Amino acid sequence: MLDNTYKKKIRSTILENKEISSGIYKMVVSAFSIAESALPGQFVNLYCNDGSRLLPRPISICEVDKDKARLVFVYALVGKGTKEFSKMIKGDTIQLLGPLGKGFDIDDSIRDHILVGGGVGIPPLLELVKNLKGKKQVYLGFSRGIYLVDEFEKYGSEVFISTDDGSFGKKGTVIDLLKEQKAKGEMIYSCGPKPMLKAISNFARENNIKAQISLEERMACGIGTCVGCVVKIKNKNGWEYKKVCKDGPVFPSEEVLWDE
Amino acid sequence: MNKREDINLKINIGGVLLKNPVMTASGTFAAGREYSEYIDLNKLGAVVVKGIAAEPWPGNPPPRIAETYGGMLNSIGLENLGVEHFIKEDLPFLRGFDTKIVVNIIGRTIEEYCQVAERLQDADIDLVELNISCPNLKEGGVAFGTSPFNVAQVTREVKKHLKQPLIVKLSPNVADIVEIAKAAESEGADSLSMINTLLGMAIDINRKKPILANITGGLSGPAIKPIALRMVYQTSKAVSIPIIGMGGITNGEDGIEFIMAGATGIAVGTANFINPQATMDVLGGLLDYCEKYNVKDIMDIRGII
Repeated sequence: MLDNTYKKKIRSTILENKEISSGIYKMVVSAFSIAESALPGQFVNLYCNDGSRLLPRPISICEVDKDKARLVFVYALVGKGTKEFSKMIKGDTIQLLGPLGKGFDIDDSIRDHILVGGGVGIPPLLELVKNLKGKKQVYLGFSRGIYLVDEFEKYGSEVFISTDDGSFGKKGTVIDLLKEQKAKGEMIYSCGPKPMLKAISNFARENNIKAQISLEERMACGIGTCVGCVVKIKNKNGWEYKKVCKDGPVFPSEEVLWDE
Repeated sequence: MNKREDINLKINIGGVLLKNPVMTASGTFAAGREYSEYIDLNKLGAVVVKGIAAEPWPGNPPPRIAETYGGMLNSIGLENLGVEHFIKEDLPFLRGFDTKIVVNIIGRTIEEYCQVAERLQDADIDLVELNISCPNLKEGGVAFGTSPFNVAQVTREVKKHLKQPLIVKLSPNVADIVEIAKAAESEGADSLSMINTLLGMAIDINRKKPILANITGGLSGPAIKPIALRMVYQTSKAVSIPIIGMGGITNGEDGIEFIMAGATGIAVGTANFINPQATMDVLGGLLDYCEKYNVKDIMDIRGII
């Protein structure tokens, strides 16, 4: 096998990196090899240039532009690594590995979709909404400031918004919003904090709607070898650990076993 | 000037000839399948697979990973699918490559170690690595690796069940690693690998909780390299069996340091998580060094310190 047939980390150029809401950044990179095969719900490992921070930061893909070979990441400033990313400017380079993981399962026979995003779980739903056909209801829950709403309005049929402080849309959670709208559809796609995803799983079960949820866990390699990012998935013997990075991050909600 | 292709990188571990000293550290390479998409496994001296028990183990609850300055903590807890799964699913895949196969074995009791060894003695594998140094288990693991008496006993018993040469993997979480190394050697260990991770912890001050669900975990990565190097150096002066050095190796220069300190083989661990091509970088770096300093046989610089 020739060496160029192997997957590898690439060094990519940053085309844009700016704060779009308080503590939320949008980074656009040029990355042909990733853009050509990236699917909605997959993620990319972003590596720090500071060698004291060894581990990659797994960031979900927000948008893919295959024609221009570009990727968009929308990420929250949560620690030292994302702080380093937030300071990068146009022309800087960053190492990437991807696309990684198993994204959302898109079934073209399904024509009535419900997308539910919470906080920094919202970005991966943007590439998804672009790739779904039919009716697309979008429910977005923010803590304070809102972002990406214009983009969702462009591709979604209806967009509903909630904020924790009531500064935009409904005051409360995105679950309150779903219940208030008595949301109906064939498939729910969701990404957000764990308590929200657990509530989505309950909502889906109670309303007899199938759901796919995108999970998060502390990760090292991102390619399925360190076995760090495990989640409990039901099986015939009870449950087993599956890897968020390789078996997920997207799982059917009925398969996830939630700890009490 | 030395020609790259004329440089002899071959090494001998317990009678098994490896094409070069570059191995993978157990637990960082699964059973090689994922990495086969990133590197040519045929180029590795050996693949050391993740710890395997007699029966499947679920491992510890998450979070299992924490990043620390220049390193990382893990508390995986030796999750594995058991020896039968390895023999049926992973071994045939690995055998498709021209590299040596080292199987790391784990247990909670001497009987459990012997059970895996017994099952592997007729398997088509080249070497067995006895893991008595994992810090993430309540029983077994490191409990065996911290007393010379226990190390001697488990080494002796496991040897009885094996046809392949045995590598004993040592824990750095001891007062005197040389004493432990000698205990393993005296009971017939064919090689030593060192070091396993150092017991550590990290706290999330915002949540006011340890980052790892297990509270403590094993520290690995460049942060531990000076300690690993010192231990390889001290041990290599005291034993005559070959040592496989590991602990923070990310490039060829790191590998050369370990070889100069007395290691015969070198294993790449945490670096695989940071760069799936790390083993190839290390191999290339060894050749670069040999070329630059006109080293004809990599073993000529072993233990020169």
